[in-house]
Amino acid sequence: MSSDGCSSPSGPRAAVGDRVVPGPGRAPAGTRQPLVRFDSVWKTYRTGAEPVHALRGVSVSVMPGEYISIIGPSGSGKSTFMHILGCLDTPTSGRYSLAGTDVSSMGEVELAEVRNRRIGFVFQQFHLLARLSAWRNVELPLIYAGVPRHERRVRAMAALEQVGLANRVEHRPNQLSGGQQQRVAVARALVTEPDLLLADEPTGNLDSRSSADVLAMLDELHRSGRTIVLITHEPDVAQAAERVKRFRDGRFIDDGGEGR
Amino acid sequence: MSWWETMRSGFDAILGHRLRSGLTVLGILIGIAAVILTVGLGEGATAQVNSAINSLGTNLLIVSPGSSSTGLVRGGFGTASTLTYANALALGNKRDCPDVAAVAPQVQTGGNLVAGTTNWSTQVIGSTPNWLQVRGRSMAIGSFFTASQVKTDANVVVLGSTTAQELGLFNPVGQTIEVGTVPFTVIGVLKSAGTSSSSTNQDDMAVVPVTTAQELLTGTPTVSNIYLEATSASTMGAAGTEVTDELLALHGITDPANQDFTITSQTSLVQTASSVNSALTFLLAGIAAISLLVGGIGVMNIMLVSVTERVREIGLRKALGATPAMVRRQFLVEASVLGLTGGIGGAALGLVAAVVVPHFVSNQIAISVPATLGSVAVAMVIGVVFGVYPASRAARLAPIEALRSE
Repeated sequence: MSSDGCSSPSGPRAAVGDRVVPGPGRAPAGTRQPLVRFDSVWKTYRTGAEPVHALRGVSVSVMPGEYISIIGPSGSGKSTFMHILGCLDTPTSGRYSLAGTDVSSMGEVELAEVRNRRIGFVFQQFHLLARLSAWRNVELPLIYAGVPRHERRVRAMAALEQVGLANRVEHRPNQLSGGQQQRVAVARALVTEPDLLLADEPTGNLDSRSSADVLAMLDELHRSGRTIVLITHEPDVAQAAERVKRFRDGRFIDDGGEGR
Repeated sequence: MSWWETMRSGFDAILGHRLRSGLTVLGILIGIAAVILTVGLGEGATAQVNSAINSLGTNLLIVSPGSSSTGLVRGGFGTASTLTYANALALGNKRDCPDVAAVAPQVQTGGNLVAGTTNWSTQVIGSTPNWLQVRGRSMAIGSFFTASQVKTDANVVVLGSTTAQELGLFNPVGQTIEVGTVPFTVIGVLKSAGTSSSSTNQDDMAVVPVTTAQELLTGTPTVSNIYLEATSASTMGAAGTEVTDELLALHGITDPANQDFTITSQTSLVQTASSVNSALTFLLAGIAAISLLVGGIGVMNIMLVSVTERVREIGLRKALGATPAMVRRQFLVEASVLGLTGGIGGAALGLVAAVVVPHFVSNQIAISVPATLGSVAVAMVIGVVFGVYPASRAARLAPIEALRSE
C-alpha cells in the first residue's frame, strides 16, 4: 500500500509509472500500477448557504491484492470517500483512476458499467431484495452485465458455495440469519469477479460471532488475491486488515499504522 | 438486461404486492369493460333499430296525411285525413310517377277477431296485393288476396302468425272468423317478420282488402298511409318529388308550403334513429373514457408509491450496475403490465357481460372486435403513459441517496 499523503502529482499522466513510496512494513510494490489512485480529490456540497467540504484533497493509492481498512468517526467524510471510491458519486475536483482509467469525469451510464464490472459492494444493511431467493439475489449483477441465464445460475451457485451457503440457495433473506445474509451479500459482490471489493461497515449489523465469521471470510478472500477496502468506525474491525488508514475531517490523517 | 429479464422482474414486483396491484388493475378493468359494454350497447341498439326499420320494406317512402289548412287555422301532422285510395291508384300510374315501383295504401284500424269461442284484439290493416312486396313480407301458408278480390270487396283475411296462434287456429286456411261482427274467410298466414318485442309486433295483425276495410270497418274513403316502393335506392329522391307533385296536383294545392301530406323515407328514419343512438353512445363512451382516465391515474399513483417504497431497491440495483435506462424500463414494464392485465381482464369481463346481460334485459349488445382489441391496446398505452413519470423519477434517483434511506 502506498499513499501520497499531501504531495500531489504534477499532472494526470504522472500517475502512470509514478514512483510509489512504500509504506513501512510492506514489501515494495515494484512497478505494478495501482488499482485505485486518488489525486487531491475534493467533494463539496452546496446545499445550504455555506459550502460543505466533505473531502479536502484526498490522495491515496491502493495496489492490486491489498487489504486496507479505513477508519474514521461518523461525519469524517469516509462515507463520501467510499461513495466516490465505489463510483456511486463523482468528485467535485481532482482525479480518480480505477485500474488505469479516469472515472472522475464519467457519466452516469459509464459509471454504472464500471460499478457492474469492477466493484463488488458489501453494505452494512446487506441490501438484499426480500422477494428473491439467495441465488436470485446473487445473480442480480450478472443480469445487468448481460450474462446468459444458464451461466448466471452456475456462477451464482459457485459464489454461494464459496461463502459456504451451498445448502441455502433457495432460501429467502428472511429465512437466513444476519451472518448468512451478509454472506449472501458477499457472494453477490464476488460473482462478477470484481477488481475491488468494497465493504462498508460489513459487521455493523452483526453480533460478534457473525462479525468474526465475515471478517474471516474477507481475510480468506484477501489471501486468494482479492483487493479489499473495508470501511468502519470500529478499531477492532479495522485491525482485521493488512493496513489501517485513519480518516478525519475530509482527509487521511496519518500514513497508515500497522494492521494486525 | 434483456426484455425477458425486465418482464420477469416486473411480474415479480407486481406479484409481490398482490392486493395493491389487484386494486390498480381493477380500476383499468372496470374502465375497459365499461367501454366495451357501452360501445356494444350502442352498436346493438343501432343494429336493432336498423333492422326494425329495414323490416318495413326496402326503398320505402311513406306518405302520411299532413297538416290541414282550414281558413287560418293550420293543424299539425296527421290532423287531416286527406289521402284516399284513389290517390294511391293515381300514384301507381307509371306515366306520372316513373320511379315508383309499387304502391300500397294502408287503412289501419283496430278490430276484435273471433274464431269460434276465442277472441283476440289486434290491428286490422286494409291494403292491396302490393302490400306484400312493399312491406317486404311473404306468406307462410295460403295466399294473399288478389286484385280482383280487392275490386269485389271480398271478405277475405290474411293473419299474422301470432294472431293465428292466439286465435287457436292450427289449420287456419279456409276457416271463417269474425272481424268486428262480419264473417271473413282466412286465406293465408304471413311468415313471421321476426322483429323484436321492443318495436310494434309485425306478426300480430289481420290484413284485408282495402276496399273491404273502408266499407265494413272504417266507413270512410280515406286511408291512413300510402306506402311506396321506389325502383331503387338511388331513385328514392326522384320518386319523392314525383309523388309530391302528383299529390299537390290531385289535392289542388298550388303553394307547396301548404301541402297536406308528409313524405318520410326509410333513410330519414334510419338517420334520425342512428343520430340519436350515436349521441347516446358518445355520452356513454365519454363516461367510460373518464373511468379509464381515473384508472390510469390510479396506475400512476400506485407506481409513484411503488417508486417511493422501493427507493432502496432502486439504489441497490443502480449500485450493482443498472443504468437509468434499465431502471426506467423496469418501471415502465411494470406499469404497462398493470395496464395490460387490466385491459385483458376488462375485455374478458366486457365480453362475458355482452353475452350474459342480453338474457336479462331486452337490449342487444354487439360484440365489437375492433373496440375490444382497441381498448386492450388503450389500456396498455394508459399503463405506459401514466408510468412514464414514476419511471423517470425512479431512473433519476441517485444511488447514494437511495441506499442511504432507511
